[in-house]
Parts: sequence; structure tokens; C-alpha cells
Amino acid sequence: MAIRLEVPPEAVTANQPDHRQNSRNKPGRWKLAIKRDWRLYTLVLLPLAYFAVFRYLPMAGNVIAFRQFQPGGSIFGEKWVGLKYVTLFINDPSFWQAFQNTIVLGVLTLLFCFPMPIIFALMLNELRSQKFKKFVQTVAYLPHFMSVVIIAGMILQNFSVTGTVNQIANTLFGTTVNFTQDAGWFRPMYISSEVWQTMGWGAILYLAALTRVDESLYEAARIDGANRWQQTWHVTLPAIRPTIITLLILNIGTFMAVGFEKILLIYNPLNYETSDVISTYLYRVGLESSNFSYATAIGMFESVIGLTLILSANAVSKRLAGTSLW
Amino acid sequence: MKDTGVLIKDMKVSAGMRVFRLLNLVFLVVVVFLTLYPFLNIIAQSFSSEGFINAGQVNLFPRGFNTETYKLILADSTFWGNYGNTLLYTVVATAISMVLTTSFAYAIAKKDLKGRGLFIGIAVFTMFFNGGLIPNYVLISSLGMRDTLWAVVLPNAISVFNLLIMKSFFENMPRELEEAAAIDGLTQYGVLFRVVLPLSKAIVATMVLFYAVANWNSWFQAFLYLDNPDLFPVTIYLRNMIAGVTTAGSAGGTAENVGQIAANIQSVTIVLTVIPILCVYPFVQKYFFSGVMLGSVKE
Repeated sequence: MAIRLEVPPEAVTANQPDHRQNSRNKPGRWKLAIKRDWRLYTLVLLPLAYFAVFRYLPMAGNVIAFRQFQPGGSIFGEKWVGLKYVTLFINDPSFWQAFQNTIVLGVLTLLFCFPMPIIFALMLNELRSQKFKKFVQTVAYLPHFMSVVIIAGMILQNFSVTGTVNQIANTLFGTTVNFTQDAGWFRPMYISSEVWQTMGWGAILYLAALTRVDESLYEAARIDGANRWQQTWHVTLPAIRPTIITLLILNIGTFMAVGFEKILLIYNPLNYETSDVISTYLYRVGLESSNFSYATAIGMFESVIGLTLILSANAVSKRLAGTSLW
Repeated sequence: MKDTGVLIKDMKVSAGMRVFRLLNLVFLVVVVFLTLYPFLNIIAQSFSSEGFINAGQVNLFPRGFNTETYKLILADSTFWGNYGNTLLYTVVATAISMVLTTSFAYAIAKKDLKGRGLFIGIAVFTMFFNGGLIPNYVLISSLGMRDTLWAVVLPNAISVFNLLIMKSFFENMPRELEEAAAIDGLTQYGVLFRVVLPLSKAIVATMVLFYAVANWNSWFQAFLYLDNPDLFPVTIYLRNMIAGVTTAGSAGGTAENVGQIAANIQSVTIVLTVIPILCVYPFVQKYFFSGVMLGSVKE
């Protein structure tokens, strides 16, 4: 399996009688592989070094959640302190508020931002004018290419006291709301901007999947007397189901990290009550107050939940739908 | 064949179908408008005078036409310095990313490379589990990368998503081509540089655009690790402006005016930052779609 034959098989058996034995024996196989493919292995060296230093070293660096850390000292901390920092955050009301906000925003994101691209893709698919379809797509992908800083700037301006949303509110209800500073309005502001940002680009994988739906299936459905809606329900949706499930699993996997950079840019102390999520809270605890170990403990908690979520979502979908990421 | 299909469809268009198509069209037109609106609003604000912005009267079109702010920003050397930094970081980071991603993708696309599964696993695992903010911060600081270009260009050099797209592209290349080249006496390096890469221009262009756009837009690495304003990318210039507005606004009262003057300056900065993206957007958009198609074919 792992051997690529560069000479005819007969020649191999003739010249290297112990070839098979070697391929069962692990060190020998590696030696052979390196001898043959050493150039390929040189290609993976730098990338592997990159992963080791910038991805796996920080993972190991999580031990400071259980160790005392001194700025400027070892990145793995100075001495063991056990579960000190874990008990600290478990008894921290600010943490639990951030936890609750994370769950609420995560659920709202799944509820609103996940289905919209599917609906959008289906609607685009119903268009008969390819030119118009192309135009809508081109426009709808645009927000995806904008820096989150620009998006944050747009959100704050549109929702500001003199911004468009207030202009509309003023015309319709005669009131002005300070959306950006009112904790009660943070969630609608966040979710609506999130839909604006992700709906168009989110549809791209579904559109890719839709182009691969076998046209004859529709033909058959029509002959069976299925109307347009039934065709969508019984042909289109099942065809893109694997894509839907794959993306759902991936979305669940990023559930805990909800829009960290965006929230960091648009929130402020006046709406922490609803806007502060685990990642922004640990950012403030860690980098603004320099409680590195404490923030790492929170961060580890967050990543472990994230990993658990994606593993369970994957396992569930494997069992129920037969689709999984790996 | 296809024509008759369309014909049947057209003949059977019911009243309900017509209504649906109309609603669908209207809905999509609304989507287009809502998507474009914030951009148009920013452009309008960037050309408006503060008085009209303060009064909440600027929406689609500029009021009290004013180009003073553009002159102000365009004359600001900090802005241009930061713009230059963005350009530099984008070029360097994209070059590093391309070298690392291409070489790794090419190697792990070889189905009979021993250790391939392990290499893929090492990369894919990082998609689902990462060290987290603080350990990363501690690491970069202890490597002495603070206030250097490396803190911006190295930590996110490989995007596993891009890596997997590229891997599946290489996997789909006809093997005979490489085998023929090997028989002609090319080494694996020779095959990569003289046969495979010249045939991969489309995917390489896609990846360059993926990385370049991401780097152009990034701000957080710079925000975390750069303290020297001379090193800031333009996204940080903009972020500091926005953060300034937030504090000015929360102070209330007279500070409101400061916030609104800044709204005009902010809009100008946003417009100036977005222009390069808008210029490459038509190409990027096409390539992005084909890139995603390439990546999803394997699923």
C-alpha cells in the first residue's frame, strides 16, 4: 500500500527478495520511504515546524491554567497550583454572565444565520435569468470580503443616534434609541448584522451543491406530477442534505467562539450585560488585567466545550444521517 | 432535451407560480438593496458635511457636499504610513503562506507517501482545537516577536481550509503526467516546479487571492502585538478611530459632536481602505467561487 513501484514488479521480486518482509516491518518501511521520497519529506519540514511552533506549542501552553505564570518567565509557568484558577472562574459571576451570553448569541446565530443561506440559495436557484442571478450573487458576496473593522464601523454608524436605523425609527415611531449603548438592543444589532454579513457567502456551498443535482431527477418528479414546491422538497433538499449537515456540524463547532473580533469592536461597558461573551471576557481578564493563568483556564474550558460540541455533533449526524466530517 | 424541459415548464406555469416568481424576484431585489445600502451610506457620509450627519439626514446621497475630509486624510502621513504597512504585511504574509501551503499540500496529496495520514491529522486537528488567545499571546511575546512584522505574518501562515482545497486540487491531477516526467528523469522537485506548478496557475491564483484578502483585512494580530504606531496596518488606524467614537459617544453631551465629526472622517477612511478590495473584487469573486467548487468536489 505504502510502496510506489518504480520498477516492474518482477524486477522487485528478483532483486529484493526480502521486499515484502520489509514492508511489514515498520522501521524498514520508513527507511525505504525516506530513501525514495526524501524530497517530499523536505517539503513538509517547514510546514510541520510551523504547526509545531504556532499551533501545538500554544496547546501545550494551556498548562499555565494549572500553574502560576510570571510575565517574562517560562511560557509553561513556574509552579503547579492545581485547580486554583478553575475554582476561581467557577465562582465568578461575570464568567457565568459571559457564559450565558455566549449560549444565547450562539443559539440565535444558529437559528437565524444558519438557515438564511439555504433559503437564499434555493431562491437564487429559482431564478430563470442567469444574468440577474449572477448580479445578485456578486452583490451578496461583497460583505464577506470586508474587514471586520470596516463592518464594525458600518454597524456603529448605521445604529448610531443619527444613523439610518434611527432615521427609520424616528419616521415610523417618532423615537430615537441609542442602540449601540443599550444592552437590550445588542442582540438584535449583532444578529441582524451577522445575517447581513453571512447570508450571501454562506449560500455559496449550497449553490455549488445545487449545480450537481441530476436534472433527470426533476424530470422524473415532474412526470410523477410533482409541482414546483414538491420538487424542492423531495429532490432539491435531499440533494443538498449532506452539505447542510456538514455545515451544521461546522457551525456547531464554532458555537463557543461567536463573533469574538466583531463583538470586541462593537461592544462597550454599557452593554456588557448582554454583549460580553466568554472570549471577550477572557480577553479583558487576560490582556487588560494581565491575569494570564486565570484567562487561560477560561480559554481551555471554552475550547474543550467547542471540541466536545463538534465531536458529538459529528457522532450524532454519523448515526442519524450517515454524514460526517471524517 | 433541455429545450423540451423548459417548454413543459413554461406551459404549466400556474397563477401561483407566477406570484411566487414575482415575490422571489422582489425579495432578491430587496436583498440586493439591503446588502448595498451600508456601503452607499458610508460613501454618502464621506462626502457629506458634519451638520447634515449630526442632524441624521444623510442616507443614500451626500448632503452638503464636502471633500475637505478626503483632503485631510489624504494629507495625513500616518494614514499613508499605515497603508504602506498593510501593503507590506499583505505581500510578505501571502508569500510565506503560499510557500508553506503549496509545499505541504503537494506532499500530502501523494497518496502513497508514508506518514501522510499523520501529516493530514496534524493539520486538521488544529481546525477544531487551538491553543487559545492567552497561550498564543504568551508564546509570541516570549519569542520576541512583539513589535515586529513577524508577529503579524507568521502566526496564521497556514490556513488549513486553504491547505485542504489545494490538496484536493493536486490529488485530482492526472498521475500519468507526473509519472511521465519522472521517467524523463525529473526529480520530485523537478516534477513540482516544472510540471505541476505550471499546470496549477488557477489554484495558485485562487490561493494568493484568498490569503491576500484575508491579510489585507486582518487587524487582530497587529492589535495584539504591535505597540508602535509606525508599524500599524491601516485596519488599526481605522479601529482606533472607531474606538474613539465609542468613548466619545458614551461620554454623552458635547462629546456627541466629536463623535459625529469622526463619523465623517471614519467614512472617508473606510472608503479609502475598501477601494483596493473593490478593485480586485470582480476577479476575487470569480476565483473564490471556483476555489470553493474545487474544494467541495471531494466531499
